[in-house]
Amino acid sequence: MSPPAAESYLTDGRTVWSWLTTHDHKRIGVMFLGLTLFFFLVGGVFALALRIELLTPGRTLMGHLAYNRMFTLHGVTMVWLFMIPAIPSAFGNFLVPLMIGARDVAFPRLNLASVYLYVLGASVALWGMFEGGADTGWTFYTPYSTTTGTAVLPVLMGVFIIGFSTILTGLNFIATVHTLRAPGLTWMKLPLFVWAIYGTSIIQVLATPVLGMVLLLVALERVVGAGIFDPARGGDPLLFQHLFWFYSHPAVYIMVLPSMGVISEAVCAFSRKNAFSYRMIVYSTLGIAFVGFFTWGHHMFASGQSTFGSGAFGAMSMLVAIFTAIKIFSWLGTLYRGSIALESPLLYTLGFMFFLFFGGMIGVAYSTTSLNLHWHDTYSVVAHFHFIMVGATVMAFLAALHYWFPKMSGRCFPAKLANGAAVLIIFGFIATFVPQFLLGNLGMPRRYADYPPHFQSLHVASTAGASLLAFGFLAIAGYLAWSLRYGAVAGANPWGSEGFEWRSASPPPTHNFSTPPEYPTGPHEYASEEVPHAA
Amino acid sequence: MPPEAVTEHWGSEGARRQAAYLGMWVFIATEVLLFAGLFTAYGVYRSVYPEVFRAAQLTMDVGLGTLNTFILVTSSIVVALAVHAVRGDRPGLGGALLLAAALLGVVFLAVKGVEYAHHVKEGGLPGDAYRFTEVPRVGASLFFTLYYLLTGIHALHVTVGVGVLTVLGVRSAAGTFGAGYATPVELGGMYWHLVDVVWLFVYPILYLS
Repeated sequence: MSPPAAESYLTDGRTVWSWLTTHDHKRIGVMFLGLTLFFFLVGGVFALALRIELLTPGRTLMGHLAYNRMFTLHGVTMVWLFMIPAIPSAFGNFLVPLMIGARDVAFPRLNLASVYLYVLGASVALWGMFEGGADTGWTFYTPYSTTTGTAVLPVLMGVFIIGFSTILTGLNFIATVHTLRAPGLTWMKLPLFVWAIYGTSIIQVLATPVLGMVLLLVALERVVGAGIFDPARGGDPLLFQHLFWFYSHPAVYIMVLPSMGVISEAVCAFSRKNAFSYRMIVYSTLGIAFVGFFTWGHHMFASGQSTFGSGAFGAMSMLVAIFTAIKIFSWLGTLYRGSIALESPLLYTLGFMFFLFFGGMIGVAYSTTSLNLHWHDTYSVVAHFHFIMVGATVMAFLAALHYWFPKMSGRCFPAKLANGAAVLIIFGFIATFVPQFLLGNLGMPRRYADYPPHFQSLHVASTAGASLLAFGFLAIAGYLAWSLRYGAVAGANPWGSEGFEWRSASPPPTHNFSTPPEYPTGPHEYASEEVPHAA
Repeated sequence: MPPEAVTEHWGSEGARRQAAYLGMWVFIATEVLLFAGLFTAYGVYRSVYPEVFRAAQLTMDVGLGTLNTFILVTSSIVVALAVHAVRGDRPGLGGALLLAAALLGVVFLAVKGVEYAHHVKEGGLPGDAYRFTEVPRVGASLFFTLYYLLTGIHALHVTVGVGVLTVLGVRSAAGTFGAGYATPVELGGMYWHLVDVVWLFVYPILYLS
């Protein structure tokens, strides 16, 4: 009775074991999606606890040490367990082979290994959490991280292991995009999401080893007193910051570049237009990947580095804004006179563009040394990087989740609920982080559990915004879980998108295509109702 | 990937081979950057403590270091010959050469162990454990920390390489590889050359002054 061939990758083997041993990039993508969503929840609960602690001056919910541990684990979880893997490992794995007409990634077994490395690293870090938890902040700054009595070592090792998962994923994508494109799919026909993942992979592969080494050095410092970062033993704590930010500043682009790829896809799909200046979007992706490596010194304006150094790093940092602006103009150009469908992915896209633009312009102000010194280590910085990393990355993640949900599950979700949640989330973000910009400008330092009473009203506003966010995320979790079982069957292409990934069935069969796909046209080409650009 | 790999791509065997090569090159790039962090630290501290670093270098056993350089370079040549043999469809000879190279790797590790034993006896230990009286502690303890890190991580790579060469050697001797299918041997060879090249940077900065 049962059909001989599985209808989709979801029904090809239903046992847990068939998932745990799969080499199918789509299943690996789905596993990564589940894992990253779980850690997004964990990190989000930490964030809410922090906001509740800051609701009133003095002790509200927890002591100072508990607060320090909590913001550290919030940062570690969100950066390494959610934002870095979320889009490349989950959506990249699922979509890149579909988009380039391949049956799988270049190294499927390595791909599965990267899931297990991620789980292992996350487990080690979580174990450290229960062993007392680090209280250093996610940046592990020396000399504090080498002297504090809390469980820094397991957290360091956890991040070290997750780094290998990142490297393997990046390596796999580079080889896949280079060698497994379908015949006829030239570089300048690649979907913009693939370009974004490709640029991200280059950063992952080049930056992560340096992070691995610097974490190893901190670990050694704690275990054998190596002295590399300890002035008392002849070392230099600033070397840590140089090596750490050499990774961690480009890591911001590991989070934002894939987001930009998602946005490029969504903008084309929901305005029914070809990408405005496709080539410029591609080149600016590579430009950001390149310039990102020359900006790390802007984290160290207050460290006593030379004026020339600060000026050079400031100028290099501003270059990122130029490449980003090229993208924003291209997206606006694509939306202009498009046949716009205000579906939830596009709402998140508009939120993304607002957060990226607003947060990015403030970033330009921060790369000016004089302004930077005023805002250094205040809530202003917290608000800035949350605008970029959370506002932009999470917006793009939610856009991706909604845009490709029918592709991955074969089901649709209730559109009106989704639109309502999107609006709630966008306003929640604004309400959470705009007060933090103001707090920082007034002088509230970051990483503090306590504050003088005159900051309270702004903290209350920020916490209120955070609870809006929490409701929004709960709503999304609710209707998406409901849709997995009860949603309307999507059909192959519910959005009517021209993106290459929609050429296979939804959900796709195990080997993606029944016949080799052909690529006579470029990506995102909506030939029929194209409106000329000239006004 | 072996030809019977479970996943098939639209691409040909050639594309698969190209992917394997590219993957290996990217991996080598990550390895270079891994060591780059340590080389950077070495450069920084050498410029801060030029005298101490020179004095510490003078206490290194140049003889053993040079011996190890010869062993590693020889093993690299042997691996290159092995790849050549497998490509020329002589997997038996290739397997023997690979196992010989693995043996040279073991000899390298043994010499390294002898050196470490000397350092331990003299008290040339990293960080807090530094007890070596000939060179002042500040700076020299950093030199020894970097020494153990560079040579230790390199030795770890040699150990992995010995395992890789052994497996490849045994499989090659069993006739798995040949003129039509030499990719794993070639990739293993690339890895071993990387180990060799890293040592060619580690050796002068630690042993020669």
